[in-house]
Amino acid sequence: MEGSVTIPPVPKPVAAPPGSGGSKGAVEGSATWRLADRIGLAICWGLGLLFCALAVAIVLYLLVQGVKYLRPEMLTTPAAAGFTQAESGGFSDALIGTLIVAVMGISLALPLGVATAVWLVEYGRPVALARITESTIEAIAGIPSIVLALFGTVIFSSTALSFLSRSSEGVVFGRSFFAASAMLSLVALPLIVASTREGLNAIPRHVREASYAVGKTKAATTRRILLPTAKPQIATGAMLGLGRIIGDTAIIVVLLGATQNFAPVEDAVFPFNYLRGAGTTLTNFVYEASPTGNLNQPEKAYAAAFVLLLMVLALNAAVDIVHRRARKVGTWSS
Amino acid sequence: MQEELTPEYGPKWPDQRVERMLGALVCMLVGLLLALIVTVFVRGWPSFAHNGLAWFGSGGNVDDQLNAIFLSGQSGAEYIYTFHAWPLIWSTLLITGGAVLISLFSALFVAVFIVEFAPEWMSNVLQPVVRFLASVPSVIYGLLGVLVLVPFIGNDLISEDQKASVAGIISLTGYSLIAGVVVLALMIAPLMVSIFSDGLRSVKPGWLEGSLALGVNRWRTTWKIGVRAARPAIVAGTVLATARAIGEAVMLAMLSGSVGFAPNPADGLIFIFEPSRPLAPTIVKNIDQLSSPPGGATLFSIATVLLFSAAIFSLCGYVARRSMRKYGTA
Repeated sequence: MEGSVTIPPVPKPVAAPPGSGGSKGAVEGSATWRLADRIGLAICWGLGLLFCALAVAIVLYLLVQGVKYLRPEMLTTPAAAGFTQAESGGFSDALIGTLIVAVMGISLALPLGVATAVWLVEYGRPVALARITESTIEAIAGIPSIVLALFGTVIFSSTALSFLSRSSEGVVFGRSFFAASAMLSLVALPLIVASTREGLNAIPRHVREASYAVGKTKAATTRRILLPTAKPQIATGAMLGLGRIIGDTAIIVVLLGATQNFAPVEDAVFPFNYLRGAGTTLTNFVYEASPTGNLNQPEKAYAAAFVLLLMVLALNAAVDIVHRRARKVGTWSS
Repeated sequence: MQEELTPEYGPKWPDQRVERMLGALVCMLVGLLLALIVTVFVRGWPSFAHNGLAWFGSGGNVDDQLNAIFLSGQSGAEYIYTFHAWPLIWSTLLITGGAVLISLFSALFVAVFIVEFAPEWMSNVLQPVVRFLASVPSVIYGLLGVLVLVPFIGNDLISEDQKASVAGIISLTGYSLIAGVVVLALMIAPLMVSIFSDGLRSVKPGWLEGSLALGVNRWRTTWKIGVRAARPAIVAGTVLATARAIGEAVMLAMLSGSVGFAPNPADGLIFIFEPSRPLAPTIVKNIDQLSSPPGGATLFSIATVLLFSAAIFSLCGYVARRSMRKYGTA
């Protein structure tokens, strides 16, 4: 794959400079390495090890705290009002909320992102519109999520969209799972577009030409050949996007409401009464339960953060597996 | 060819129709972005209109001003818009600048390490580590900061004398500039590392080999040829990370101290322990005030500033990456 070695293998060095990782092969002996160079290499090693140490420390610390404070019943009981941490229930609503938001957000972002990428790579005319679209995607990637959240409050408080959230006496509440998921899908969108484009661009021209030659339309080629081939990259993009969705807090705090329980609306049938109501997610729970939040239950914050971290780790592992499997299948190199 | 067939033999999804549908979708996306920019700006306009350029200036206590704005919105009497955001802007500049400097330095070294110098096993470990650090939610960074880093700074790094020396002005508890900077640097460094190392990998091998053949050692070759050739990637990564840092709200709402105070470098080194509050956390902390007209306008005016600065940064990054493609190094 992409340049695991930038310098082609060269003969083993006679005497590699200390700690230079001789496997890639240094051409010169250690004599040409001045003191400044060696100090630089030491900084490299130090920072590299520091990164590893920080990652390990984050995981281990949350693991210890999570094991210490996480109780199975926390995952099954909703938050309740109480004076002590023992009385105030768990965070089942937050856990389910995270799952709802993840599913809804990604099911909005995935089709939209893949369609945008297909248009950019396969059609892309007029060129000016393609340029504009590319910069639009870049701009969306750069918009702070708190700004997206504020924009969401404007959209979803409009009376035309009152069916997506709670409304009373003509005032639309504007906070619901629909609102939060719609805005979160914009957070995931640029990642999906980027990695789908990468996947489509990696497919060489002759594959498309072979398909056109047997009379397939562009649309059919895309659906039957290009998208299945680019599946690993699409999956990667989707999972990266998913990670951003479950990790986002600002949009949840603003668009899902400052409650720790589901707040279903009364005048709707089953799934929609919950989806139109306010709710919470794990990130929101951690934010509120931290000492700077309103609940101040650091033990439960640790437990919820641990659950959240497990989800993130699982997503990371899934990305890794997809990558490795895609590499094993091989690319289109002739 | 296809379109000449009679309908019943033609494809179910002719290309023209698909192209038009996808094109419409893309136009919708562009329209959404335009609507976002316009909406945020229009909603924030009253605040800018009342304050003029003084919005960006200093004067008075910014927290008192925010309170007055919110109270006037609730009481229904005449709305107050007076808002001088300099302490918040200054805090944003300090925290973002500090974090970007730290992470630029460390990300460059780590990227060089991963691409050129790390032994196989080490780069195999480092790459997932970087990806993991990039994917940890900001609220977890915030929680760890609040429960681990802040007490450490408050109890061990700040001496009682230092606390006493500024006691009349501000209380030093550990929620500070330095806590925000350190954690923010940790959050944006992985983004930089991944873009930098992509850039370093795509440097033409021939250029590096040419330098090596002249007897320049690998360290010098990497820095003088590799890093210089990858400059567009470095600019792009830095700029994108800056955009991310400006918009970071939740973690900084937890760590920065949430006081509308402008840390003063004239206080000496102690100013890095002073609390402050950047622009983005101000929105999160005061989100309840969104429904009152003056409060909403003030929050949206802050969002406008964030939106424009972040958008400008990320467009610069995009341009830098395009120029990279022109050199053929991407």
